[in-house]
Amino acid sequence: MIRVKPDERVRVSLVVNGRWLFGHAEPRMLLSDFLRHELKLFGTHVGCEHGVCGACTVEIDGRATRSCLRYAVQCDGATIRTVEGLAVGDTLTPLQAAFNRHHALQCGFCTAGILMSTTAFLAENPKPTEAEVRDMLSGHICRCTGYEQIVSAIMDVAHGGG
Amino acid sequence: MKPVAFGYARAETVEEAIDLLAEEGREASVIAGGLSLGAMLNMRLVRPRIVLDINRVPGLDTIVAANGVVTTGALVRQVDAFRDPTIASHVPLLAHALPHVGHYQTRSRGTLGGSVAHADPSAEIPLALVTLGGAVVLRAKGRTRRVPAADFFLGVLTTAREENELLVALEWPTRRPRTVYAFDEIAQRHGDFAIAAVAVAAEVVPDGTLGHLALGLGGIEDRPIRIETAGYAGRRADASLAEAIAEDAASRVVPIVDLQANADYRRQLVRVLGRRVLAAAFEDAVRGA
Ligand code: FES
Ligand code: FES
Repeated sequence: MIRVKPDERVRVSLVVNGRWLFGHAEPRMLLSDFLRHELKLFGTHVGCEHGVCGACTVEIDGRATRSCLRYAVQCDGATIRTVEGLAVGDTLTPLQAAFNRHHALQCGFCTAGILMSTTAFLAENPKPTEAEVRDMLSGHICRCTGYEQIVSAIMDVAHGGG
Repeated sequence: MKPVAFGYARAETVEEAIDLLAEEGREASVIAGGLSLGAMLNMRLVRPRIVLDINRVPGLDTIVAANGVVTTGALVRQVDAFRDPTIASHVPLLAHALPHVGHYQTRSRGTLGGSVAHADPSAEIPLALVTLGGAVVLRAKGRTRRVPAADFFLGVLTTAREENELLVALEWPTRRPRTVYAFDEIAQRHGDFAIAAVAVAAEVVPDGTLGHLALGLGGIEDRPIRIETAGYAGRRADASLAEAIAEDAASRVVPIVDLQANADYRRQLVRVLGRRVLAAAFEDAVRGA
């Protein structure tokens, strides 16, 4: 059994966006803080820190999930994808490009989380109905857009022609 | 917020986990998906000395059907239960309840066992377990016991689990013949905690009368409850019976009061949602009978 004392900092190694990275964490460090402060990946945003707003959503071992409800010490050896893992250089993913075209963001605070959820969601369900898209989005809070443009962007990449 | 500092232990086996619980007792909190415990830790509503992580314990994520019972290990994720063909065919009530549990991004990690151990009064998984008359399997050093769901939930976030026990599995009775299962709830937003949730298992015999009926309510009292309905067996299963049963249930509950709803509103939801879910279940059952 692995045991870590409350004030002990341990090395955590994980694959982030295809590269092995490591940093240090005491048990109470949230994965979201580990990504931002230890790995300097500031693309993952943090809102509520209790699982409600969705801003911190990343892909962990292939599943979109809250990084504020995971502790970094739990993630040794995990495979993580963050918003920094989407675009290659200046080339946006089709989903990011659709968000751009549809004005699916204003301040952008919620966007990283929504992109990560939607990327995982479309990989499982490439041709969702609008109702399914809205159900998936119910796990995110956006205070700017009113969601309409986000729904259109997602329906556009999924079904084309929008 | 950030949690108060805590120690971390990662068990590799059930034995290691229960040994640690024997040592630490109530100073330890078990983390499975962490969707409830993580929020409580981050808001500093709980301050355990040690967080015991069971996520890497092998063998706790299985779904097995045998002898009229489906046993789900403590670590079965909600999304995996929803996609599982055994759950879909043998425990349809759970399959109907799961889409209401949290969101796409939380069901991916949240577990069945964690939701039951957490015991939020409005949670759907505990309600399904109580309605079906399932059981909770608890292990401590040198012993295993089964607690019927009806005796497991004692109040808000309070269960019969003793501090040295690990919840290792849930037992779900498999579907009964001629029985229709239905679930619905009212929440402020889809995926939020239910203000009222109704779960039904209704058997209609071939002459169109009611056989066995289980009616469960969540979010109404301080724990999921089952309403006594044996007196309605033998009556014609139609909309007016649905109305009578819902009315009766509404008159008997003692609703909790919180910022979302007062007692009268909750009682009204039992009446309206209860009638709706029962009537739809009866209609389906009569069609199938
Ligand atoms: S910061 Fe994680 S859900 Fe809000
Ligand atoms: S774009 Fe501002 S919160 Fe969504």
